[in-house]
Amino acid sequence: MPDVVVIGAGAVGAACAYYAARAGLDVVVVDRGPVAGGTTGAGEGNVLVSDKEPGPELDLALLSNGLWRDLAERDGFEFEPKGGLVVAESAGVLDALVGLAGKQGVEHVVVDPAGLADYEPYLTKDLAGGVFYPQDAQVQPMLAAARLIQRGAERYGQGTLMLRTGVTVTGFVRDGDRVAGVTTDRGDILAGAVVNAAGTWGGEVAALAGVHVPVLPRRGFILVTEPMREPPVRHKVYTAAYVTNVASDSEGLETSAVVEATASGPVLIGASRERVGFDRTTSIPVLERLARQAVELFPVLAGRRVIRTYCGFRPYCPDHLPVIGEDPRAPGLHHACGHEGAGIGLAPATGHLIAQTLTGARPDLDLRPFRPDRFEKERP
Amino acid sequence: MSPEYDLVVIGAGPAGVAGALSAALAGVNVALVDGAARPGGQYFRHLPEGFHPGRPGALHHGLDRFTRQWEALRERATLLLGHRVWAVERDEQGVSVRCLEGDREERPRTVTGRRLLLATGAHDRPLPFPGWDLPGVLTAGGAQALLKGNLVVAGRRVVVAGTGPFLLPVAAGLAEAGADVRGVFEANGRLGLARHPLLAAGKAGEAAGYAVSLARHRVPYHGRQAVIEAHGEGGLTHVTVARLDRHWRPVSTRTVECDTLAYGYGFVPQLELPVQLGCATRRDADGGPVVAVDAGQRTSVPGVYAAGESTGVGGAVLAEVEGRIAGRTAAADLGRRVGPLPALLRRRERLSAFARALLTAYPVRPGWQRWLREDTLVCRCEEVPLSGVREARELGATDARSIKLLARPGMGWCQGRMCGYAVACLAGENVSAPRRPIAQPIRLGDLAALTRSPLEG
Amino acid sequence: MKQPYRLVRARPEPEFEISVDGAPVPAVPGQTIGAVLHGAGIRAWRATRFGGRPRGLFCGIGVCFDCLVTVNGGPSLRACLTEARPGDRVCTGEGGLAVLGEPGEPGEGPGTPHGGQENGR
Repeated sequence: MPDVVVIGAGAVGAACAYYAARAGLDVVVVDRGPVAGGTTGAGEGNVLVSDKEPGPELDLALLSNGLWRDLAERDGFEFEPKGGLVVAESAGVLDALVGLAGKQGVEHVVVDPAGLADYEPYLTKDLAGGVFYPQDAQVQPMLAAARLIQRGAERYGQGTLMLRTGVTVTGFVRDGDRVAGVTTDRGDILAGAVVNAAGTWGGEVAALAGVHVPVLPRRGFILVTEPMREPPVRHKVYTAAYVTNVASDSEGLETSAVVEATASGPVLIGASRERVGFDRTTSIPVLERLARQAVELFPVLAGRRVIRTYCGFRPYCPDHLPVIGEDPRAPGLHHACGHEGAGIGLAPATGHLIAQTLTGARPDLDLRPFRPDRFEKERP
Repeated sequence: MSPEYDLVVIGAGPAGVAGALSAALAGVNVALVDGAARPGGQYFRHLPEGFHPGRPGALHHGLDRFTRQWEALRERATLLLGHRVWAVERDEQGVSVRCLEGDREERPRTVTGRRLLLATGAHDRPLPFPGWDLPGVLTAGGAQALLKGNLVVAGRRVVVAGTGPFLLPVAAGLAEAGADVRGVFEANGRLGLARHPLLAAGKAGEAAGYAVSLARHRVPYHGRQAVIEAHGEGGLTHVTVARLDRHWRPVSTRTVECDTLAYGYGFVPQLELPVQLGCATRRDADGGPVVAVDAGQRTSVPGVYAAGESTGVGGAVLAEVEGRIAGRTAAADLGRRVGPLPALLRRRERLSAFARALLTAYPVRPGWQRWLREDTLVCRCEEVPLSGVREARELGATDARSIKLLARPGMGWCQGRMCGYAVACLAGENVSAPRRPIAQPIRLGDLAALTRSPLEG
Repeated sequence: MKQPYRLVRARPEPEFEISVDGAPVPAVPGQTIGAVLHGAGIRAWRATRFGGRPRGLFCGIGVCFDCLVTVNGGPSLRACLTEARPGDRVCTGEGGLAVLGEPGEPGEGPGTPHGGQENGR
């Protein structure tokens, strides 16, 4: 019998399994699909500190940033510590950006308009300046998730970390109040504890245990260009609107330019945010807006071709914070979901903290802001 | 704003032209859209006018009939050649067909219609093998396109290989055009030309024509043999031909010198546009996805019809019959009076039964996977070797999609059109219908400058 | 006369020239750049971005994107779909990979013909 069953083989589930195995626990990861096939497989791989408001999420991001660097040093993951450049269209926006950076207290450089070209030579000249965050990074999310599981299994002894794909969780095994395993379409798996790392589907998994965790999908499209020999984008570059949209409560479509090159040659262009449920229908007006914003930032991209687009669903909670920790309403069930568009970046810290709660160690961060039952009083 | 046309037809091959003409003859206001500069699709690919051919039909079986239909259509419909479709959308009023006009300037243009007929055709299905990306290795359709569309013979010494009846016209055409065709290597059983399935379909004349042509040019036809490796430094110099057992595992090999290989293992229907619209698909006799249609060639999406190879690979004659049925159904659905269909329906029944029999007679056997080595590229665009696919599987990628996400086969320029079949086979699954919301590359500047669909007002 | 021309009794219009890395290559009006190159014995005009593998025509009908070529400075054109025009300057080597212009200038790269050191012909 394993100590822990992790539901979900995406980046967050993989990190939970990795750190739990490192803490000496026997772990089984189950996923109804393949590794990294859900929320992670449709992500961009952002490892950002720049877009976080000061507070619990920034603390989580900073912890995670350091852990990503440790992991990358050992195992690669196509981790690129390229840094992020947030640009401002006007002096007013720049003031707000600089103010935010001051409050964040993370490493940053304020860049004047003339200085932008040193960071990004192909950036439009019509900008008021920006803030550069050297800690922002990029990781290949699917590879990261898959390798975390594989490396965890290799490093911490055979049999302590097992991946079982194509296994759908249908319910929970209870021992009194306590969650003592999962029932699946391939039989029951008993365990000392269960981690819900089901990403966008985390709310549904919680409901199987009879607890309310409001995780909702927010749809995002990404455009992928043709591969380029020398991509004209060196860092992760985005407009200040991205920061405001991340925390937005708007029901409607929001888009802000996020442009970056990848190690394999194409440029990725995001980010749109819409609350439309799980609708995968391609919206050409959204693609059009993403393209326009990218070309406004990098005019040289106008002549480059888009060869692909994909959409994914970012799992968000009403207060835009993830759910991390044991659920007092269902002891033995630990949640690690609802990271919105930041799950890849926040995965190692989440896994590390979950491993601490699983082993009864004192968590490195105060988990109260992330507690799973915080939405009880808002229930309809 | 209401749609510009009653019916937009995508594809100027036999299905699209027949469909457009049938609808136009019933009084429907039709626009026909095709990416090529000239009509014909892949099968009736036309020569540029610059050649002024006296006998254009010498390279095509049945070209006269197609040409007559095209001439009749010219007077009755709007013909938008040189328009590549990158996306289709649908709302209550009809469909918006997003095109890029021109072969290098690429101006965006949107064509709107109340109804849509998809006749998007198919492309060759190549299998990977060591050396398949050497210059000089072409698909069979690529060799045909060079000859039919450009009067360029693909090579001096040519090997034709793969499976299916399409290899015969390719080999015969190359031989007639002066190539030294070193042999036709059909991976499936030795049906022999005398018992060739074309005979069963009342195509004795066509089959005999190819047989005579190949015999006259002393082109040997080998059953249950395949090219399993291509060799050369920077270009093809010779191929390894293997005798195969019934699972296509190599039994013995020999070398054949050649500068060109033209090969294909059947066809892949082009489904990105029907999939964009949400048309239901079904599995064809070979397990591959095709658009599901009813007796009137209606897809599962209201107002959208499909005909030709996208509803099941069956050749130009079946495609034309399906196109005529689709065109007449669309006209009837638009309130036009059309004649009865029973004769056409019976003809389609006969031809599609034969098409299914052909797919069954020329399957792809799993032994081809043994032709690959660890360093053989599976994906040409992203240069993903077989070992990369294996590593992804070891990491927990259990299906073709997650193999793609981890190892990148199908992520490049062609978006899996060339390797999709092979990757699905390696993942042990049937090919699924392709999801490509952008069916043709489009410049960011053009995408950024799009106005909203005219249908939105 | 060439055999395929005899086959269809072609009476082709006068050929024009395009330049491939500076060298003249004849074309019949309406032929694609891919056909012109292949017909002239030039079978590879692009090197892949990871392995530097030589590539030219493969599918021949616009599906595989192996034949990407730079024409008059315009990158990433499918040679098999792009009709040759008199005076076209075809640049091998860079082929499918977009080359950037000077920073701050929108649009296409300079498209200067160069030696084709990567064409692997």
